[in-house]
Amino acid sequence: MDGWTHHLLIAPIVLPLASGALLLMYDERRQFLKGVIGLISTLATLYIGVVLLRFADNSAMGVYLLGDWPAPFGIVLVLDRLSALMLALTGVLAAAALVFSLARWHKAGAHFHSLFQLLLAGVNGAVLTGDLFNLFVFFEVMLAASYGLVLHGSGTQRVRAGLHYIAVNLAASFLFLIGVSLIYGVTGTLNMADLARRIPALADGDRALLEAGAAILGIAFLVKAGMWPLGFWLLRAYPAAAAPVAAVFAILSKIGIYVLLRLSPLLFGSQAGASAGFGNGLLLAGGLATVAYGMVGVLASQAMGRLASHSLMVSSGTLLAAIGLSDAGVTGGALFYLVSSTLTIGAFFLLIELVERGQNPAADILAVTAEAFGEEEQEPEEAAGEAFPGTLGVLGACFAGCGLLLAGLPPLSGFVAKLAMLTAVFAPAGPAVEAGLPLAGWAFTALLILSGLAALLATSRVGIRLFWAPIDAAVPRVLVVEVAPIAMLLLLTLALTVEGGPAMRYMERTAQSLYSPGRYVESVLSAPPVSASGVGELP
Amino acid sequence: MEALLAIGIGALTGSGVWLLLRPRTYQVVIGLSLISYAVNLFIFAMGRLRSGAPPILASSTGRLADYADPLPQALVLTAIVIGFATTALFLVVLLATRGLTGTDHVDGRER
Repeated sequence: MDGWTHHLLIAPIVLPLASGALLLMYDERRQFLKGVIGLISTLATLYIGVVLLRFADNSAMGVYLLGDWPAPFGIVLVLDRLSALMLALTGVLAAAALVFSLARWHKAGAHFHSLFQLLLAGVNGAVLTGDLFNLFVFFEVMLAASYGLVLHGSGTQRVRAGLHYIAVNLAASFLFLIGVSLIYGVTGTLNMADLARRIPALADGDRALLEAGAAILGIAFLVKAGMWPLGFWLLRAYPAAAAPVAAVFAILSKIGIYVLLRLSPLLFGSQAGASAGFGNGLLLAGGLATVAYGMVGVLASQAMGRLASHSLMVSSGTLLAAIGLSDAGVTGGALFYLVSSTLTIGAFFLLIELVERGQNPAADILAVTAEAFGEEEQEPEEAAGEAFPGTLGVLGACFAGCGLLLAGLPPLSGFVAKLAMLTAVFAPAGPAVEAGLPLAGWAFTALLILSGLAALLATSRVGIRLFWAPIDAAVPRVLVVEVAPIAMLLLLTLALTVEGGPAMRYMERTAQSLYSPGRYVESVLSAPPVSASGVGELP
Repeated sequence: MEALLAIGIGALTGSGVWLLLRPRTYQVVIGLSLISYAVNLFIFAMGRLRSGAPPILASSTGRLADYADPLPQALVLTAIVIGFATTALFLVVLLATRGLTGTDHVDGRER
């Protein structure tokens, strides 16, 4: 990766940002053109994500110095295995959600495509950046776009849920700023790699202040990830959002998880001296509480939207608890689980809208909002695709697939993910082997299995009600472009199972590099400026 | 100076949090604005309080200790812009809720 390909590293941010701006130029009536531009940009971002994933898998890390300033002074973008994985995952989910929205949802309000691209730019930037304050900026880009998207389609329900969503996330952003500035005040740097280098050498008097800053910063990410006492906003906002928006929001929660996964071993790993392991206990306890809460919620949910958002909480909780266990093996399994559960929940949110279309007059509500918005709503829908034959059969099969994935049953990837985590819990690779399986390991195992059982019970109950015992068998009118993305996401989880070996190896290598961050720190801080080393060449 | 600033930040945050927890949307907006002032002052204070020290190097001679830290000032600028934009966005949503639900209660209905 040298010469111009070096600049591919910044493309996942610049490309959606530019096309988001370009889309603003076109009038809302030119929906087809806007859809095409959005689709091309999203697919190109996905392609670049896959290229970067292969690059990160094969060779070294990529470091991109913005403005050609050397590392601790300027802002850096860093590509390693974890960020490449998140880029590719974001691309896949965004492509699926966008294709789904092209059938009808993108016409339900203004500027859907611009906001969608800006959200993509924010997510990709948050994943790539190696600087804490730059992370804040990309977080805000992402959140600002998501505020617009959560209101997409309007209506009392959405605006009411959106108000809570925005208020909670604005407050969390202030906590983010307080945490970042405390950390800067103590260490004098905001570069993540430089922070990792400076934290072990801190004076004892400053350490409490640093840990307070890190804790406040952590709360901002835990709010985003939806940890138990902080995540109640999620349960109202996600089901109220339009289906493709909710699907792409499945990745937003994972961004909070991503940052914790990045910062926790980097700043407070084994090399951090007196601060080593800071916050792990809290992450573990909070994660387990989130799983327990989400599990009860899954069992109690009547509406499918609530079922999906409680499943999202279960998935967040599982990941948080796995980070809290702070073991490379468990984290490897957790990364696999992250990919699998994000694809599942994204597909589930899309599927729900299709199934409920036959259940209640959701489609009519959509038509009404489109009308109030002043669009000619019926005519272009016919052009978008043919009505799908055997609709109920296909929807039922997709629903069964989602159920299997959420419950973690074979043969799909949910099973592989849970198996990988449990294997690692029972056979720890770290030094803490002699003591036998600790209480935390048992609690994690029990909750992981019980939450799977709860998901199985809840989805089979809903499935029976919807597909086997329909009271009024109104077949929902579903287009091919709406079923195709769901099927694609589910097929991807199948591919993840078939290619489980290589995928798992990638995850394990990712986890190992997370827990031995020496190479990350060194390659960021020693990245040569382009002007010094001739044509942009990666170390 | 430190004590005065600390008390100021504390008072702003305290009033902001109290207003944030109130049931009227307007109070929530004012609360968020107060908190954002407090946070901006806090970021500024993290560069250590100095008066009369320039943030930009005037010459290559002289000691760094004679200069104020420019980074927090840059951070504050960014934070102000972002905070302002998000608050404006929140105001629009507030007006939309008022129009759709007919009340300015944060839950969209009187208890």
